[in-house]
Amino acid sequence: MSFREEHELHKRRFGRNLGLGLVLAAFVVLVFGLTVVKVTEGDPMQAFDHVARPEMAMPADRQESGQ
Amino acid sequence: MTDIATAFDQTGEAGFGDYVALLKPRVMSLVVFTALAGLVVAPVAVHPFVAFFAILFIAVGGGASGALNMWWDADIDAVMRRTAQRPVPAGRVAPEEALGLGLALSGFSVVMLGLASNWFAAALLAFTIFFYAVVYTMWLKRATPQNIVIGGAAGAFPPMIGWAVATGGVSLESVLMFALIFMWTPPHFWALALFMKSDYADAGVPMLTVTHGRRATRRHVLAYTLLLAPVALAIAATPIGGPVYLAVSLVLNAQFIRGALAIRRRDEAAADADGYAVEKRFFRFSLIYLFLHFVALMVQSGMGAYGLGVW
Repeated sequence: MSFREEHELHKRRFGRNLGLGLVLAAFVVLVFGLTVVKVTEGDPMQAFDHVARPEMAMPADRQESGQ
Repeated sequence: MTDIATAFDQTGEAGFGDYVALLKPRVMSLVVFTALAGLVVAPVAVHPFVAFFAILFIAVGGGASGALNMWWDADIDAVMRRTAQRPVPAGRVAPEEALGLGLALSGFSVVMLGLASNWFAAALLAFTIFFYAVVYTMWLKRATPQNIVIGGAAGAFPPMIGWAVATGGVSLESVLMFALIFMWTPPHFWALALFMKSDYADAGVPMLTVTHGRRATRRHVLAYTLLLAPVALAIAATPIGGPVYLAVSLVLNAQFIRGALAIRRRDEAAADADGYAVEKRFFRFSLIYLFLHFVALMVQSGMGAYGLGVW
């Protein structure tokens, strides 16, 4: 037994939710795809890894004092 | 029960399509096409997926500025026949929702473009959104009959953004592609204003047809069409141009100037008599004009890859 009558409004609301769901799913796929491309292409990434870059390292005296 | 149902209908809850309509999909298609052209003709290769991702978010950014425009302009859109059925004036989407969607997608598209390509392209996209939503929609549109001349810059940025995605900067070629759309916009829109008759006057938008009369508008269409031709032809001399582009551009500009001359020669009586046939034909041709210029650039770039058709 259904408590509520199905209104045209509910159909529109469902359509909207479904649309938003699909947009979000597509976004996840896109970001994943971009990640795969960026990583496999080996684009330059700014971080303290991959290659030792002396210019990014902190001077030894400052490292010891924890600054 | 019936009363409640009626009350629900009056709130006019939006469907998914209404939010899509807020993003002005038809304007978006032009943005996608010109941004793609800018990206394709650039001398730096971009991974196809990155290119797709970048174009998509340039389009979303363009859509976001469309939503902001519809939020701000809901009052005049309601008066004009062409725009009265847009989601906000029709009451299907609340103005605040349009504002929220516009702002959220603006930030989102800029950040995603920056992450996918580079921050210069992202900054250019942010400036484009600002230019269209604030400079054009809020400042110029209701203040000056030069509104579309300066506002046309917003529509002219996409190929520059596409170029920036690939190269990370600006150069003569991308500035000329900008200038091509920038100079093309006034004749394109004024032809529309000529046959859209009373719409802009009713809404109190100072279109040139309203402020300076229709004769002056006809003169302006011709003047800008004549100024457009050298810009379009100048691209042929840059590294992205070539003989194919030059040939296409010569034919298109000759035809466009012929149309503008025909518009200039007519008066309102003649235009009324045939239902603005010449103006409508000029407007339709203006779309083909821009489309084929960018197609020619892409063809030229494709041929260049095989060493064909280069100067």
